[in-house]
Amino acid sequence: MLRDPVYFDAVPLALVSLVLLLLTACGGGHYPQSVFHAEADFSRELDGLFRNIFAWAVGVFVVVEALLLVAIARFRARPGGPEPKPVHGHTALEIGWTLAPALILVFIAVPTMRTIFDTAGHAPEGALRVEVIGHQWWWEYRYPTLDISTANELHIPAGMPIQVEMTSADVIHSFWIPRLAGKRDLIQGRTNRIAFRTDSTGEYWGQCAEFCGASHANMRLRVIAQSDSVFQRWVDRQRAAPVTPAKGSVEETGQQIFRRSACIGCHTITGIANAKVGPDLSHVGGRGTIAGALFPNTTESLHRWISNAPSLKPGALMPPQSLQGADLDAVVAYLQSLK
Amino acid sequence: MKSWLTTTDHKRIGLLYFWTAFAFFLIGGLEALIIRAQLVRPEGIGVSAETFNQLFTMHGTTMVFLALMPLSAAFFNFIIPLQIGARDVAFPRLNAFSYWVFLLGGLFLNASFVAGPLFGAGQLSVAPDAGWFGYANLTSRQFSPGPNVDFWLLGLQILGIASLAAGFNFVVTILNMRAPGMRMLRLPPFTWMTLITQFLVITAFPVITVALVLLMFDRFFGTHFFLPSGGGDPILWQHLFWMFGHPEVYILILPAMGIVSEVLPTFSRKPLFGYTVVVYSGVVIAFLGWSVWAHHMFASGLGPIADSVFAGTTMLIAIPTGVKIFNWIGTLWGGQIRFTTALLFAVGFIAMFIIGGLSGVTHASAPTDLQQTDTYYVVAHIHYVLFGGTILGLFAGMYYWWPKMTGRLLSERLGKVHFWLTLIGMNLAFFPMHLSGLLGMPRRIYTYSPDLGVAGFNLVSTIGAFLVGIATLVFFWNLLRTRWQPVNAPANPWNGATLEWAIPSPPPVYNFTVIPTVANRLPLWQTERHGPMAPLPERPPAPIHVPGGSWWPMITAVGLPIMAIGALSHFLPVVLAGAVVAIVGIYGWAFEPFEM
Repeated sequence: MLRDPVYFDAVPLALVSLVLLLLTACGGGHYPQSVFHAEADFSRELDGLFRNIFAWAVGVFVVVEALLLVAIARFRARPGGPEPKPVHGHTALEIGWTLAPALILVFIAVPTMRTIFDTAGHAPEGALRVEVIGHQWWWEYRYPTLDISTANELHIPAGMPIQVEMTSADVIHSFWIPRLAGKRDLIQGRTNRIAFRTDSTGEYWGQCAEFCGASHANMRLRVIAQSDSVFQRWVDRQRAAPVTPAKGSVEETGQQIFRRSACIGCHTITGIANAKVGPDLSHVGGRGTIAGALFPNTTESLHRWISNAPSLKPGALMPPQSLQGADLDAVVAYLQSLK
Repeated sequence: MKSWLTTTDHKRIGLLYFWTAFAFFLIGGLEALIIRAQLVRPEGIGVSAETFNQLFTMHGTTMVFLALMPLSAAFFNFIIPLQIGARDVAFPRLNAFSYWVFLLGGLFLNASFVAGPLFGAGQLSVAPDAGWFGYANLTSRQFSPGPNVDFWLLGLQILGIASLAAGFNFVVTILNMRAPGMRMLRLPPFTWMTLITQFLVITAFPVITVALVLLMFDRFFGTHFFLPSGGGDPILWQHLFWMFGHPEVYILILPAMGIVSEVLPTFSRKPLFGYTVVVYSGVVIAFLGWSVWAHHMFASGLGPIADSVFAGTTMLIAIPTGVKIFNWIGTLWGGQIRFTTALLFAVGFIAMFIIGGLSGVTHASAPTDLQQTDTYYVVAHIHYVLFGGTILGLFAGMYYWWPKMTGRLLSERLGKVHFWLTLIGMNLAFFPMHLSGLLGMPRRIYTYSPDLGVAGFNLVSTIGAFLVGIATLVFFWNLLRTRWQPVNAPANPWNGATLEWAIPSPPPVYNFTVIPTVANRLPLWQTERHGPMAPLPERPPAPIHVPGGSWWPMITAVGLPIMAIGALSHFLPVVLAGAVVAIVGIYGWAFEPFEM
């Protein structure tokens, strides 16, 4: 029996690539932005719908590819083989394979339409309202009912529905936390909405999903879902006035330098500066990350960031600062004290 | 040399299209390889954000407008007149004009890679960097101050002129130049898909042209069509772009579907199964293709009603597409299949296009698309459709028609190496992207966190991309070999059924010694209903008039990039000079004597 190169080589090829993929898939282990690890009502609904459609797709894939493989394996030309019958078509078959996909699509379309309306972005009564404003390349969050303004790290209470209202200060961005919610665009002059609720506390990763210029790749975010009491403590801290440094401390020196530097042209620290170009720094020391959730909030990152932000994040609008030595140390110490 | 510059012969123009588009295909492929090299590991290998953004913008723009469309155009030019039994296209000089505009538009766009110093940009390259889709308001002067976006919007306007001129030319050619007896439902399927494609071109390109003109006004003259700060609307751009952009997808895929519909019957020795159904499903796809554009915008907040409508229309497209696939399998079924390279690529097209089509259904569903759009999952989808579909289909066409176009046979051995390397490479490159996307990797990022867990998938993708690169070099070598070690091709090396195989390879300048009279769909085959048509006489019984060459199409075409250069440099006299060149060209063209 002659081996048919097309038919028999395709199978091991498929198997080998599958094994290769599984190996690499298992190598990572932890996927902070995976849509398969849904932890909110919104994302879980999308995941369920995807699994439903995917099952249909796999079924169709197997049947059609099998038909194709059987056709090319069975009907390859053999020397002296009979002249093929010149079939021009078959009406019943044509009707059949028009109706079959149409029927399958009904099973996909109905749950699709239902989910579209279920996830239209309107949270139930009593939801916590959060405004998200996209900037090149960071996220501003406002809690209008709590009178809080913060950046990049969104704190939410677990178990409570969240109503997110979003817009942009400049170009189009897209707000995406895969494990909690499907993405939605932030567009200047418009307000878009999503709503979701997660019952599990934890840290969820996300990032901008609409190309928005040089540092699109560096526009990341975190959502921190907390139990009610922990969230309430966070709220209280955010609503409190920024920490006042002790007399004669290095933090106080830092505050004075901050006050007379270019910093106040762009940033807010309640009572010290009141500009809206960059993130509100009133409680920056309490955040886990800086620069659009790009770097851990450490002394070293703050040093490097203040000295030359655009070298770490292409296009970043904060120009390199001339602060050096003890002055820079003092400003960093001051910022870190703003818990 | 002069005879090539002034040629109006559709066959020569077809070859010019082929080699030019193939060169751009190599450039676009090189851009892809640099992108893949950067993404081989988290945090990259040192390609800057700015360069990366230029590379993916130019990769998309080049592949769509400078490689895939004109590679299809190479076949339209060379094959369509032969398939319908004509001596040339309806407007040979307009055809030459289309080619020169395409070439100059492509050079203009790519000149941006080295034009930096002319604009005092501080770096060599000022290539477009706002994505091939150029979403407003990132493309505004405020957020994209350099000449990069100007190159893009002017270059695309130039290329649009080439596409529109060719579109009208081929619609008229196919409708009016058919040989006697070549009724519409006797047209070969490739001609049919070309006709549908050209109707899409002449309806879709005006939309993108309007959008580009509005964008040009925003950037050059301070209007606010797309700028929310001035009362405009960036979503308007998305509607206009995708109203063009989705028909454009079918402009790219339908010609490949036509090629596959020629290759499968020839190598199965069976007529195309369900010919009329395949034709009509192509028409249906084209109509539906106009009603689905907003499925590119599900995340932009159109509201649940619009999302439902566009999800529904998008799903409907799966039906005529599925019908085509079943008819292709029906064509193979019961045949005597010869596994030539062309057939392998056509079967590869079906196998891969199924995957792209099915992943397409998963984002036709608006809610699931909210987790997929703008991620690598969509990158996987478009590459299964445009590489696994269009490019494999075009390769099938190259192996199938190369002997007709050049009179030389390609090496089947190298062809099979090319096929298997391409098939393995593209699956290694694009399949893992489904997973990296669903694991949270957005598109168009020059760097990603090692903590995402997608490094392994990206490594495999990069290896696959380089395999495809090697495969393409094997193909290039195969093409060059036909010049250095020629193997002459007979008139009908594959026992094809359509008229192009009734004449020598390569065809004489007048194509047919006598215009054949067509009595059925498969004129060269013996079927149960009819025998093959009588061979054409070897020499023309009477002298045949063939149009001479003309300089005017090229001169007219040269005026366009001059105008664009003037616009780029904000220097009105240069714009006017370009306009004068174009007008002089048109004048000379209009009054050119009939005989040279």
